[in-house]
Amino acid sequence: MWSRNNAVPALAAAAGLLVCASIALIFFWIPEDADQGISQKIFYFHVPIALTAYACFGWGALKAFLHLWRRPPGADLESYVAIHQGVIFGALTLITGSIWARASWGVWWAWSSEQLVLFLVLFLFYSAYFMLRFSVEPGPARANLCAVYALFGVVLIPISFLAIRLANDFIHPTVFTSQGPQMAGSMFFTFCVAWAAILTLAAALYHIELAGKRLDVSLRELRERLA
Amino acid sequence: MSGYLRDVALLTRKDVLLELRARDAVPALLLFVVSALVVFHFALPADAAELAAKGMLWVAILFTALLGLGRAFQAERQQSMLDGLLLAPCDRSAIWLAKTLATIVFLGVAELVALPAFALFFSALDWETVAGIALANLGICAVGTLVAAMALASRARELLLPLLFLPLAIPIVVGGVGASVADDGGRYLGFLALYDAVFAIISWASFEYVVTE
Repeated sequence: MWSRNNAVPALAAAAGLLVCASIALIFFWIPEDADQGISQKIFYFHVPIALTAYACFGWGALKAFLHLWRRPPGADLESYVAIHQGVIFGALTLITGSIWARASWGVWWAWSSEQLVLFLVLFLFYSAYFMLRFSVEPGPARANLCAVYALFGVVLIPISFLAIRLANDFIHPTVFTSQGPQMAGSMFFTFCVAWAAILTLAAALYHIELAGKRLDVSLRELRERLA
Repeated sequence: MSGYLRDVALLTRKDVLLELRARDAVPALLLFVVSALVVFHFALPADAAELAAKGMLWVAILFTALLGLGRAFQAERQQSMLDGLLLAPCDRSAIWLAKTLATIVFLGVAELVALPAFALFFSALDWETVAGIALANLGICAVGTLVAAMALASRARELLLPLLFLPLAIPIVVGGVGASVADDGGRYLGFLALYDAVFAIISWASFEYVVTE
């Protein structure tokens, strides 16, 4: 029997398979980078995780916008869960980026790396989102505040990116240019598999967390009805 | 539209009048910004570059603004005046616009003292810095007023405002410091104008959702 209940385990299984496949491809199939050696392989984790974090923030902002526009029930919770996942993947971006910086530049933190600095700004911004959310009483007012702040976040991403680029020289290796990705076919394929894996993983985690949070809400409602 | 502008003018006048009578915020801002500059003199090593002092000026302005923004809705907090304002037959965004304008006035007065003081204590200012500060005031007050209204709704009011505001203010600092210290200040002024436009529009459009349910 195929029901909604099976969708999340299926998604989780797909995520597990894709992650295994991408790890196999990264470590056993693609050749090592001539310049950076094995440390370059973290690229296949770092960049997909960063792009997934953007996707989560974008999804959260979309749900926030929907909440303000049409007010479907649950959009606030969905926006929150998406941003929560975004922050987790954002923290992972910071960690993997820091390791990569250490491996290739010899320092744990480089202000010259735009992607890292941007994620630090976003990490601070979305941490404040949680501070806001947990210092306001649950209710429609909190949903509105959080939705507006989430929308600010999605505007802050390009503005901050521009600001950091203005503040810096461009040092991070540019792999994607306007002429398309500057990679060999096998590397691009591996990158795509890795990205699909992390995106599926994020989607699975999103649905699992959402299910848990919805359960919390209905449990609280039941308790209130009993009391 | 003229009705909208009249509402904004009336509400701004209310805030400025309140300040003129009570003198709550502006003297505090003045004292704070000058004290901050003095602290920065001792924080910078004696042979620190002129550029470092310009960066400090931006820190002083940002924190002074934060101090002012923390008090922006002080009057509304007492005796639930905000509810009264929300019941008034005017567009909610007019409340945001008026509060933003009043905050710009207060911050501007503080800067009228802070900039000559900076020139006296540290180094002369060029027109790019002054233009940058004028543009930054718009962005700081536009975003800051909205964020202050958000913080007002939370339990941790004063604590929350800097946390919400500073990540949003980082691009302003980049643009402002860039305009002060870079050779091609115009690019940074353009960036500040872009920031102001983008964030003023979304703050204007979203204020209603912040103060209503």
